[in-house]
Amino acid sequence: MTTDTAQQTVELTPQQLFRKQAAGEAILPNEEDSVHRHVITVLIDDTIGALNRVTNLFSQRGFNLESVTVGESKDPTQRRLTLVTTGNDRIIAQVLRQLNALIDSIEVEDLTREDHVERELCLVKVRSTATERAALLSVVEVFRANVVNITPDSLTFEVTGPTAKINAFIGVMKDYDVREVARSGRVAMRRRLAFEH
Amino acid sequence: MSHPANTSPTATAPSAAPTATDRPLATGAEILIRSLEAEGVEYVFGHPGGAVIAIYDEMHRIQPSFQHILVRHEQGGTHAAEGYAKATGKVGTVLVTSGPGATNCVTGIADAYMDSIPLVVFTGQVPTHLIGNDAFQECDTIGVTRSITKHSFLVRDVKDLAATVKKAYHLARSGRPGPVVVDLPKDVIAARAPFHYPDHVQIRGYSVVGRGNADQVRKAADMIAASKRPLFYVGGGTIISGGAEKLTSLARKTSIPVTTTLHGLGSFPENDALSVGMLGMHGTWYANMAVQNTDLLIAVGARFDDRVTGKIEAWAPHARIIHIDIDPACISKNVPVDCPILGDVSLVLDQLDDLVHPADRQEWLAQIAAWKEECPLDFQKDDALRPQQVVRALRDKTDGEAVVVTDVGQNQMWGAQFFSYVHPRSHITSGGLGTMGFSLPAAMGAAFGMRSIGRDVISINGDGGVLMNIQELGVAAAHKLPIKVVILNNNYLGMVRQWQELFHEERYSHTNLEPTNPDFVQLAEAFGCVGLQCTDPADIEATLDAAWKVTDRPVVMDFRVITEEKVFPMVPAGAATDNMITAQFSPEDCA
Repeated sequence: MTTDTAQQTVELTPQQLFRKQAAGEAILPNEEDSVHRHVITVLIDDTIGALNRVTNLFSQRGFNLESVTVGESKDPTQRRLTLVTTGNDRIIAQVLRQLNALIDSIEVEDLTREDHVERELCLVKVRSTATERAALLSVVEVFRANVVNITPDSLTFEVTGPTAKINAFIGVMKDYDVREVARSGRVAMRRRLAFEH
Repeated sequence: MSHPANTSPTATAPSAAPTATDRPLATGAEILIRSLEAEGVEYVFGHPGGAVIAIYDEMHRIQPSFQHILVRHEQGGTHAAEGYAKATGKVGTVLVTSGPGATNCVTGIADAYMDSIPLVVFTGQVPTHLIGNDAFQECDTIGVTRSITKHSFLVRDVKDLAATVKKAYHLARSGRPGPVVVDLPKDVIAARAPFHYPDHVQIRGYSVVGRGNADQVRKAADMIAASKRPLFYVGGGTIISGGAEKLTSLARKTSIPVTTTLHGLGSFPENDALSVGMLGMHGTWYANMAVQNTDLLIAVGARFDDRVTGKIEAWAPHARIIHIDIDPACISKNVPVDCPILGDVSLVLDQLDDLVHPADRQEWLAQIAAWKEECPLDFQKDDALRPQQVVRALRDKTDGEAVVVTDVGQNQMWGAQFFSYVHPRSHITSGGLGTMGFSLPAAMGAAFGMRSIGRDVISINGDGGVLMNIQELGVAAAHKLPIKVVILNNNYLGMVRQWQELFHEERYSHTNLEPTNPDFVQLAEAFGCVGLQCTDPADIEATLDAAWKVTDRPVVMDFRVITEEKVFPMVPAGAATDNMITAQFSPEDCA
């Protein structure tokens, strides 16, 4: 099988090579297709079913959405979505063109290669009695987490930051008796104004 | 539910727009009918039911300027609207009830979506306060049709109805056309509002591209000038944009040969020496040879479908590619291209025409002529009744001046290969979805569209597909449409049988239709049509002559063709285009 592919590679015409490169496909047998995580923002009309149409395009192609956030944008008649998904770059680019073609979508942007900021909010509920509380509070302070609720046997923290920080926080909390974790999913925005180049 | 229920048929709109208070109030049903009139709709293919009964009642009262055609199955209605749209270039209109009425349309809507056919489908819906309650004949029509429509609307307020109809028609016909569903809850149809049909509508997030980028067009012209062996690869988008004549003159001016897709048939006259016919799985051998050897493929309104390319890595290995298309999502979808031009095909061809010049391509054209000589499109001629012969006879009978509507399967491919299309919109078929049962109702829709012109409409079917929407024969008869319904009857699901013979060691699993086939002559007569049967190749012409004498009703012709005939040439599914199975006959047997 491997030798077969190797032979085919040798026989490729320049045009076939060009197409494979353009498609981000593997050219040598030991190479892999270019697959990346993509952070995509979409502005959609605030109408019934618009969100559904957007997510449909991803599920149709068998892409799992790692996170979807949606909320009001600057214009109250528009909603802003941030989607995170992992997939073949070429297919994602095509899905983005289809996304653009949706009547409900106003603007579609792939921020992956743009200079951008990402934030995520996370709530973590930990079981803790009065005696354990002090130690726990000193740990979460490192992450600048806030205590948003306290009961005789539990503490609920809120932490905000890039996904890596949230992951680290949840990792540290695993030493304790974590009862619930709720993550908001990412919101993202490019750093500079859109018209600056 | 945020919207108040409003089910009383006499209810008035709670708050009409202050600027429009002087207009008389109309019901949603009347607004819909007046909107269709304002839109210039000629035919509505529909079927009444509980959720839309008020619209039908209003139609009875108003006697609108459009004609309502009562079809006998909603799927037939959608195909009829498709046939009408394809034959005339106008938008097809369908009106059905909620629940089963809507779900019966799903196949036709999906078909129109795949083939970029402009349709507006109005579906009834249960009253807004019952939506989501599993009410009688309820179906989440918007949800079901979401991935097979260009767009869809659920009208929740009668005041939005007229503007929604305007938007629906605008979306269906502009850009890359497609089906639009408008879901009409029963209470919205009954509610009242002032009627005003807007002259035009703004849809944020939707724009239609026009001319192509001038730099890209310039680059394409340079690529054409530099090419030694260029080839036009023309798809249905060329016909949709009205660019067929421009394509023809451009190809002739530059002496570039033309191959077309199934939907591109008719965009370039097949009797022109520059035509190499259809390409792809059942395309001509010489068209596929041209593709495999060309150094510049100019794709015009085509989408690099898998039935065209076969094994995509091995397709057109030496070609740089120019791709002209109106849909950005189609560009570089299956094959990355060297020069994409986003724009309306017709306008881009105009731009290109200014920049290209005649060139000497004798060597390349001689090579193509040699390929045509080497393996022409032909079939064996003997005492057996062969389907290709019937299609050729149809062409001779009409001089190619007819609208041919084919079904799906072997009949579709023979219809594509042997009719020799010379006009745009003369060939209609279900190409993308491949819907059996498409031809008969679509031919009926085309016949309504061609009525004023008096053009012949031929429906080519197999004995499998024709039964799937046979009920529409009665509708065609009632309206005295002189459709020529040809059944290439081999008593088998022929295309499946062909694959079984070639790739499944002749295990003919469930493809024999003989035990369940009706007597098609009697069936035709029962529907008020004329039924004819032909079993001998010597009788083909006489059968056609008899059929063409009938001008006031459909004629069904049952051609008892041989079972073993197969469609060739053929690129097996997933194989490289170089690996064509060329023919079943030896050239010596050909006349």
